Amino acid sequence: MTTLTVSQLSKHFPLRDGRRRRTLRAVDGVSFELRSGQTVALVGESGSGKSTIARMLVRLTRPTTGEIRLDGIPVAADRRAVRRYRRDVQMVFQDPFGSLNPAHTVEYHLRRPLRLHGVARSAGDVRAAVHDLLARVNLTPADQVARRLPHELSGGQRQRVAIARALAPRPRILLADEPVSMLDVSIRLEILNLIDRLKREEELAVLYVTHDLATARYFASSIMVLYRGQVVESGPADEVILRPAHPYTQLLASAAPDPGRPRSSTPGGMRALRGGQQTATDSGGCLFRDRCPAAMRVCHTEVPEFPVGAGHMARCWLHRPDAGQLPPQPR
Amino acid sequence: MRYLRRKALFYLVAVWAAVTLNFLIPRLIKGNPVDAVLAKTQNMTPMSPEARRALELQFGVSDDPLWQQYLGYLGNLLRGEFGLSVAYYPTPVSKVLSQSLPWTVVMVGIATVLSVLLGITLGMLAGWRRGTWLDALVPTTTFLAAIPYFWLALVLLYLLGGVLGWFPLNSGYSYETTIGFNWPFLRSAIYHGILPAASIVLASVAGWLLGMRNMMVSTMAEDYVLTAEAKGLRPGRIMVQYAARNAVLPSVAGFAITLGFVVSGSIATEIVFSYPGVGMSLVAAVANADYPLLQGIFLVISLAVLGANFVVDLLYAVIDPRTRQAG
Amino acid sequence: MTLDTTAVTGTDVVLSVRDLSVVYDGADPVRAVRDVSFDLARGEVLGIAGESGCGKSTLAYAITRLLKPPGRVASGEVVFHPADGPPVDLSTLHGEPLRRFRWNRVAMVFQGAMNALNPVLSVRRQLADVFTAHRPELRRAEREERCRELLDLVGIGPERLSAYPHELSGGMRQRVLIAMAMALRPDVVVMDEPTTALDVVVQRDILEEIDRLRARFGFAVVFITHDLSLLLEISDRLAVMYGGRIVEYGRAADLHAAPAHPYTVGLLRSFPRLRGERTVLHGVPGSPPDLSRPLTGCAFTARCPYVFDACHHTDPSLRVAGTTRAACLHYDPALRPDGPPEALRAGRFDSGPAECAVEEAGGDPPVDTTGRQPRREAAEPPQASTDPVTAQAESAPERDGAAPETGPWPPTGGGTR
Repeated sequence: MTTLTVSQLSKHFPLRDGRRRRTLRAVDGVSFELRSGQTVALVGESGSGKSTIARMLVRLTRPTTGEIRLDGIPVAADRRAVRRYRRDVQMVFQDPFGSLNPAHTVEYHLRRPLRLHGVARSAGDVRAAVHDLLARVNLTPADQVARRLPHELSGGQRQRVAIARALAPRPRILLADEPVSMLDVSIRLEILNLIDRLKREEELAVLYVTHDLATARYFASSIMVLYRGQVVESGPADEVILRPAHPYTQLLASAAPDPGRPRSSTPGGMRALRGGQQTATDSGGCLFRDRCPAAMRVCHTEVPEFPVGAGHMARCWLHRPDAGQLPPQPR
Repeated sequence: MRYLRRKALFYLVAVWAAVTLNFLIPRLIKGNPVDAVLAKTQNMTPMSPEARRALELQFGVSDDPLWQQYLGYLGNLLRGEFGLSVAYYPTPVSKVLSQSLPWTVVMVGIATVLSVLLGITLGMLAGWRRGTWLDALVPTTTFLAAIPYFWLALVLLYLLGGVLGWFPLNSGYSYETTIGFNWPFLRSAIYHGILPAASIVLASVAGWLLGMRNMMVSTMAEDYVLTAEAKGLRPGRIMVQYAARNAVLPSVAGFAITLGFVVSGSIATEIVFSYPGVGMSLVAAVANADYPLLQGIFLVISLAVLGANFVVDLLYAVIDPRTRQAG
Repeated sequence: MTLDTTAVTGTDVVLSVRDLSVVYDGADPVRAVRDVSFDLARGEVLGIAGESGCGKSTLAYAITRLLKPPGRVASGEVVFHPADGPPVDLSTLHGEPLRRFRWNRVAMVFQGAMNALNPVLSVRRQLADVFTAHRPELRRAEREERCRELLDLVGIGPERLSAYPHELSGGMRQRVLIAMAMALRPDVVVMDEPTTALDVVVQRDILEEIDRLRARFGFAVVFITHDLSLLLEISDRLAVMYGGRIVEYGRAADLHAAPAHPYTVGLLRSFPRLRGERTVLHGVPGSPPDLSRPLTGCAFTARCPYVFDACHHTDPSLRVAGTTRAACLHYDPALRPDGPPEALRAGRFDSGPAECAVEEAGGDPPVDTTGRQPRREAAEPPQASTDPVTAQAESAPERDGAAPETGPWPPTGGGTR
């Protein structure tokens, strides 16, 4: 049973806005846990920091502050820990066209991690391991696929190769950064179903980064909603989607296309305010207040997380324990 | 504005670096310009120490500490004194330069600008309308560019100057005229400059043409060109404002580099046509180990390259608004 | 007798397309669009749904006469019916008349606003260009005024006129493109994936903007996208494209309630529902056909769970199928006198009996009943599939049941409900 614990992860970038020194808090104080056999969805729009989080988890970027622990051991403890970490935590990227080197065969792509992490050494072992990986992602006949170059495969097939590559070093954590958003709609579910099956077979912990609430609900047991670097709501998937507590989640849920909704009716739920400058990420307080119709004076102060239900929390002053008694204050 | 300031600062620092290097490098070379002069004049009688000392003073050879020499050097530079030329002794270097630079800058400069404008225009048209006679320009001009330049120049000189007698065979102007702003002189200078300039244009237009044509082809596949067409704009407007204006950007960068080196003259041109420019002086300087002249020429080239780059940087900012932010 | 609710009465049609075919010439010519016909009524929203390689963008370019060689219209016609004046066959327009026709009558909004705006010209210049080209009699001040109006239409302040495209956000660029399309008050606006690169919130904004403008100016919209769920919300009528053909065509509500073509059924089931029950979902395994190969029979045979013999030989044409029209042999009374199979009628994308639907959230996670896989023999026939590499279907994701502290999820495994 593997646990990846992320505590107060942050990534700050210094900005120079004229004379002033500001900080862009791309990711701010994010904490969560990934456990074997579970999928956690990280939902956010572009610019929310979700890809940055994934990249920090896989060590493509170093966090500014915060800690990542794999089974209690901090990542950067020593050289060996880093090596082991890299083997245990693997990522599947968004772009099936960009993540494979067009000059090399599928076999080459799978061979390298196998050799690098010592999963297979001799030519015979490697070949067998490559075929085994391809079979696991349902790319058959394996020996034919292994000889192909990326441009000879379809988008879905390429993504399967990318998944096989991620599985090659026998990881325990799988980070899927928008793995299907660049694929045709009709094959997205196959890829997601594949990841889910592999999760069960290999007892992986999966982090599913996406902007699509619907697939997040389908695929994950818990959802974290990210807005401009902060987790604004988290909880069991159905809870978060069907009973969203944070105004931003409500906005997302009402903006998503829903064929079940009758036409010519304006979508109920949230209408965000438009226009004006966005609140700077280092200004303190709730970052959503410039768009939130329910914004109050207190929203200028740092918002803690408030429980909303079993395992369900929202970072919103509307849900503070005594909110019921107080009248809503004007901004 | 901030962009401008930053660029200007950068170039000032670059100029200082060029000047300093120009000071240091010859002093790291062994030997002495005075010895070079003496060797050249093959003086039989030994020179008196005072005479030698006088020469050394003239050439700025001294035992002063380096930083003192450096300051003296900077002071001289600001006064426009580059020392005395060995090859043209006792002419000061500044005079040699001031006489040869204008010829080079005007002739080679005009030829380069012509070549760029012609190449870019033809490239734009060739890229816009493919499958016309313009396509034949590509192999033609590349052929001309591939011929060894001096041979091309010689052939031109022989055929058009020698056999047909349409153009003069040498020098920058007719010696019958007097130098100055008078029409006979100017007319003669232009007449003498046509053939050398033409040879430069013919040999170099291919690069610009090809570069621009290829950029046009890839730019024309962009969505904004398609939008422009869908909007029903006139084809000429689309070609210039939408396609060419984006396609020309890499060429502008290349132009910066080329422009800077105009000052170094086209040595082969000036030799073939006996044209009195910087190139000729450079050859003479090398042949005579004329360090002061070499130094002077190199300094002028460095400054010219930096200046041209600065101008083109500014030009880029005008053409492509995206660079104004990045800087 | 079923009423053909898909027909449009003649006087309302603003654009009619008949048997349009587009070919990309080359060593292996690609028949990108094959015999497409539809009518666009004045002021309606026609959605065209399809995935990569189905020919929808090619269709858009063919309609707006923007096809570039090696693409060419091989056959068919596109006729524009102005409110005043005789019909115009677009293939007869060339040169100056074509240039004048453009944007006045039919405008286009391209995908992604990434590159559709010229990076070196200001917004003002690009908006004014339209007026310079089509309304040369306007003076500079009047042009400026009109440009401001256009930006105001889409909710952008006039100070943005001096801005350059790279200074605007993706949503704003898309709105500028829409404003630009409105400049000459066209009758038809063709939109090719206008919201694909945008966030869902911005997308919702843009769609509402388009709706508002449509209510005000009354133009018709051809909305092309791969997002079928979006089209179901906003379209009046829908055409689903596959392999260069329209495989289903009808009113959006009808298509949603009773899809007839197996591909439509499969596509509809590729969108997990945000609300409502969670069901087992599979998508449509397989890849689109290679249109450079000559196709015998229906293009969908390689991926269709309802394929039968005739499908390999006969290329179906659109015929009445319930409340919509579908290009599927199951609706040919000569071949299938009893109509389509039960599973297809029930809107399932497999040929076996029904799985159990699952309750509302909070209940059990959906389980693929008894671990049985839907039949996939349709993925096997090598002669119809150009790609011997196959991927079999996966079973649906099971929710993680092993963590009791996250909520009331009973463990999965074993048995159905």
